[in-house]
Amino acid sequence: MTKAFVKSGASLSSQYRATFQKTVLACAALLVALAIVIVVTTLVGSESLPRASSICALVSFGRTSCGLTQDQFDILFQIRLPRILLGAAVGGSLATAGASYQALLRNPLAEPYLLGISNGAAVGTMTALVFFGSNEWSRPLLAFAGALVATFAVYRLARGRTGATPERLVLAGVIVTTFLSSVIVFVTTMMDVTRIRSFTFWLLGDLSSTSETLLPIAILIAIAGAILLAANARSLNLLMLGERDAFDLGVEVGRVRIVVFLIASLLVGSSVAASGSVGYVGLVVPHLVRLSLGSDNRLTIPAAAIGGALFVIIADSVARTIIAPRELPVGAITALIGAPLFIYLLKRN
Amino acid sequence: MARALKRTYRTYVFRELNMTSLQAKNLVINYGDRVAVDGVSLTLQPGTVTAIIGPNGAGKSTLLRALNGYVRPATGSVQLDGQPIDQLNRRTIGRRIAVVAQEADLRFPITVLEFVLGGRYAWATNAAWGWETENDVKVAEAVIVETELAALSGRLMNELSGGERQRAVLARALATEAQFLLLDEPTANLDMSHQLSLLAVVRSRCNKRACAALVVTHDINLASEFADQVLLMRDGRMIRVGKPKDVLESAVLEDVFGVEVLVDAHPITGAPRVTPVHRVN
Repeated sequence: MTKAFVKSGASLSSQYRATFQKTVLACAALLVALAIVIVVTTLVGSESLPRASSICALVSFGRTSCGLTQDQFDILFQIRLPRILLGAAVGGSLATAGASYQALLRNPLAEPYLLGISNGAAVGTMTALVFFGSNEWSRPLLAFAGALVATFAVYRLARGRTGATPERLVLAGVIVTTFLSSVIVFVTTMMDVTRIRSFTFWLLGDLSSTSETLLPIAILIAIAGAILLAANARSLNLLMLGERDAFDLGVEVGRVRIVVFLIASLLVGSSVAASGSVGYVGLVVPHLVRLSLGSDNRLTIPAAAIGGALFVIIADSVARTIIAPRELPVGAITALIGAPLFIYLLKRN
Repeated sequence: MARALKRTYRTYVFRELNMTSLQAKNLVINYGDRVAVDGVSLTLQPGTVTAIIGPNGAGKSTLLRALNGYVRPATGSVQLDGQPIDQLNRRTIGRRIAVVAQEADLRFPITVLEFVLGGRYAWATNAAWGWETENDVKVAEAVIVETELAALSGRLMNELSGGERQRAVLARALATEAQFLLLDEPTANLDMSHQLSLLAVVRSRCNKRACAALVVTHDINLASEFADQVLLMRDGRMIRVGKPKDVLESAVLEDVFGVEVLVDAHPITGAPRVTPVHRVN
């Protein structure tokens, strides 16, 4: 890839930095991969569908049935596709939020789930369920509020006189997480017994219960959030090297911090409201992206958004097929991959 | 003599044409109950290097930090080209005033070139979609050559030695093309040769582009060699300001630092040379 750039006349220095062309190329490649993965994973499941007709129906966006029976058509478009699209929205949201928290807090270990921000959103969602159960809109709204409160709590707790060290941030995350967990237990006791089981499943991150209202909201917020965060990426590049340095170089630190906290909380809120707390996505995906594409947030953030979608879709396909016909919550699979990576990163720090 | 004349001329020209100035007037800065800076006034002249010396806790770094608006004064004001600095936006200030602090926080892998390009942030326009223009890259590559980092531009920052990293921090500040350079103990972790080469880059910048540099340092002899003007502080107050030979007198230094010192002329450069005297009882 580098060779092609040198040939096309770009200066040699372009190989040492992210450029607009590199970003477009990487995102285009990831989007192609995403399209392929979406098509392939719709074919995977406890009910096997005829391959050629399913692909034909998918490519026509459901306008023709291509010889699928009504049942098969419904499985494809009413069950699998919404679930996969929700996985994409949730993965994209969490990975983008993770990448931005990491840059803003100058900490490769920052992650919505580990910092307790997902738990904040979960408390918000549960409150909405208990008090405004019939109104689905209230869930992402209160989840956003919960995520925002948790974000500021962690930020305040982690800030020592010398700034936030990685260890201090992780500890602050543990405190906020455990505190909110007990709030969650408290709220759970206020629910009726029949709902508790589906609730524990949801808490671990579960994509099986999508609703027609929440899915478009989640997709819309994921896309808008990723674009808005990418628009602040150059400021985040400098914030990643220290708030004082960023201030000296011309970044309006306070404004960028509030904008990023708001958008990241919105992303976490909407994804938790739709699917519970899927853990470690915000850690695994940005880390892999940085490893392969470098640390420039103008490239990392959009690539993490698409990569997060890929990661959760694949993890969820594993979750719903590995012990078929029974299912695992997707959060169990992501944690299985994420926790060892977290330990590795903590040791390397 | 010729050098002094040239400098006076240049100062005059730039003052008249660009109205370039960075001025502090009667600054008072408090940290809680403690008065960190107590009524200091100071003007940075284009083409000159000013050194601030003084004991620990004298308020040197605080004063430097107030000059780009990072620390807010309780009373008094800082003015850039005659405008109060708290009325300007950060980008405007970032294009005019650059700060060199000690090592940056490096928890993410980033190359030297990417790091130095950070200095072009304040010049970004929306037209470039948040990406550096060709001119930005040209400026960054030029300062990388100027700071002798050309061979390392593709290396990761955390693979560099302390001296190389500090040069990269300087390069990033120079990439802003700011006319005012504020350096906060830039040579603290460097060996002798790196101290000299770093200050030589600053000195030649100031001469060539009529920049003004303010250097906070504990190295009095380095200040004596490189500075046109030395500012001696204690307890937030300006004790003395002037040419090195006027400020660096043994009686004054002994009073401020509380140690016996020998001040003589450097046999080669002729600049005042300060040596602490250690007597065994």
